[in-house]
Amino acid sequence: MVDTALAADIGWMDVKTVITGICLVIGCFFIIVASIGIIRFPDFYSRIHPAGKTDTLGQSMVLIGLMVYEGFSLVSVKLLIIIIFIFIANPTATHALANAAYVAGLKPWQKGDRRK
Amino acid sequence: MSFILTAIIMFGFWMFLSGELGIIFIISAVVSSLIVAYISHDLLIGKTDIRSGFSNLLRLIRYVPWLIWQVILANLDLVYRTLHPSMPIEPLMIKFDSKLKTDTGITILANSITLTPGTVTVKADRNGEFMVHALARGPAESLLEGTMQAKVRKIEGSEEKRNV
Repeated sequence: MVDTALAADIGWMDVKTVITGICLVIGCFFIIVASIGIIRFPDFYSRIHPAGKTDTLGQSMVLIGLMVYEGFSLVSVKLLIIIIFIFIANPTATHALANAAYVAGLKPWQKGDRRK
Repeated sequence: MSFILTAIIMFGFWMFLSGELGIIFIISAVVSSLIVAYISHDLLIGKTDIRSGFSNLLRLIRYVPWLIWQVILANLDLVYRTLHPSMPIEPLMIKFDSKLKTDTGITILANSITLTPGTVTVKADRNGEFMVHALARGPAESLLEGTMQAKVRKIEGSEEKRNV
């Protein structure tokens, strides 16, 4: 009786760890692709796209992985609050950057222009 | 009134996050929630009617799952464009009038555009006019179709008058 309960417990821990690992890997993948995109894209406006969007999902996936690992507790509620904050603050910051560039009069890169 | 309400909410939020009950923590909680309430009490409560704000919140919650799905699509699209050897991008600026009236609606639409495939809001003003930088022609056209704008207009709903 005790043995099966213990086995079930270990099995659950394994599932949790695996899900956590998958979430972390996906999150890291998105963050790495965002970094590559920031380097590869031709101008300021197009570089904002990976910086603002892929980071949102990457960070959220990492935090979701940590939430799964933590289980249902006060810590995961705090992590959820951080995710909500990221989902509101990240696009706002991206918009602030793009708007500042537009106000300063930066022209967007067109297809066919030389790469900077 | 809004000052006291904000201070109480901030205090509750502090206690929820810290979970400490020592006297020094409570004193710093009171002091900082009073400071935050003094700075921002007209932002949190503002002039909005509580009841319409609540039903708007419910509609917003129903909008969120669709938005998350769009965010995932956006990221896969961006991953494809980033890692493709020839980098299939063709940036362009588009302008359109969203016909949204309230600050809430404009803010939600601006943030949603930034989160979804290949588009970043560059300019959004109070009259609902938007300027968007799109990474390619496809995302720009799907934005101009107006599915998202219709959804945001539904959230805006009954709240007709402009919050100034």
